[in-house]
Amino acid sequence: MERLTFRHATKAPLVGRKPLAITGVVASGNLEVLLERTLPPDACTVEIETPVHGYGDVWEAVVADFVARAQPGGLRITINDGGARPDTVSLRLLQGARLMEG
Amino acid sequence: MSERITDPRAASWYEASARARLDGLLDSGSFAEILGPEQRKMSPHLPLFDLPRAFDDGLVIGSGRLDGRPVLVAAQEGRFMGGAFGEVHGAKLVGLLRAALGLKPAAVLILFDTGGVRLQEANAGETAIAEVMRAITEARAAGIPVIGLIGGRAGAYGGGGLIAGTCSRLAVSEGGRISVSGPEVIETNKGAEEFDSRDRALVWRTMGGKHRRLIGGADTFVDDTVAAFREAALALIGRAPAFDLATLEAEQARLERRLADFGECRDATEIWSRLGVNDPAAVPGLTAADFDALVAGLRETGHDAR
Repeated sequence: MERLTFRHATKAPLVGRKPLAITGVVASGNLEVLLERTLPPDACTVEIETPVHGYGDVWEAVVADFVARAQPGGLRITINDGGARPDTVSLRLLQGARLMEG
Repeated sequence: MSERITDPRAASWYEASARARLDGLLDSGSFAEILGPEQRKMSPHLPLFDLPRAFDDGLVIGSGRLDGRPVLVAAQEGRFMGGAFGEVHGAKLVGLLRAALGLKPAAVLILFDTGGVRLQEANAGETAIAEVMRAITEARAAGIPVIGLIGGRAGAYGGGGLIAGTCSRLAVSEGGRISVSGPEVIETNKGAEEFDSRDRALVWRTMGGKHRRLIGGADTFVDDTVAAFREAALALIGRAPAFDLATLEAEQARLERRLADFGECRDATEIWSRLGVNDPAAVPGLTAADFDALVAGLRETGHDAR
């Protein structure tokens, strides 16, 4: 199991007040994303556990793209990966942020 | 908190996630999760095998309301390791059933979607199956109906099939299957001549919802919609049998009669024919309404046993 952690500074807190959301399932080619509004509004962390080793650079790029698009200030995001492709990861992250806004 | 069901009459139970099923099954906004994903009660065993874990270990438990009445619920996520029972998964269900003794809900609803025991933590999983069955009998003895809802992609297999057999009542859909040994297990041990797991029609007519309903193994056959399962759960709570010696003796007598009547049959269609179904070959294609009309005229299907 490879563990990755990315910390980002954000300009604004994610809109909405939902404290918690979860989306996706740990299945082949899928992942689950847990989002918790527990950090200061100018920070976002993404912690990942993945059974697929050696793709840290790709994760870093996908997470950076998500942070730039969603500005998820205040969120602690934790991912259990089941070998998802980058586009699926990106989709789930955005779905999760949307659930937190709702 | 997660995926929502917007139209329960159109939403497929089979396709929905465990969390979405609960959302559509219970009164809107009434679900309160116990040991939610943020508590991170995950499997202590899967990391030893370098396998990914799930925050809820594949089982969502909690309380909610069904048509205003308090219920406890447990929903298995069939897409995570086939909904299999691991140590945490099993312990959550056991704890929920034991909590029912004190909370006295109108019912405990188990949304089965499982291939059975998770082999990476088999000892803990097998123990959990036994503990769940004991906890169900204790809940039923205390007068709390335990209703099984079966319509997920993993069906109710292995220990899940055994647990289903201890419930007060079961509702099953076409896609739901109930058995102990699954098709691949039988083929592996006995050969494709005995049971061809790739023959989908064979699998469904041997283990599928219609067959289980016809031989009295399930109490209601439902369409594959979230709304249909909700209506079935409501109806079955009101029809839960007593859990006493008379019920158990009736069940024993019924199973002995089933073996005597159908023991020589080589295919489910032969059983249906002996039950009085005029056109067994047409059964798999019947709609739920037509199937219900057929069932109403047959013996075996109405009883208070199990």
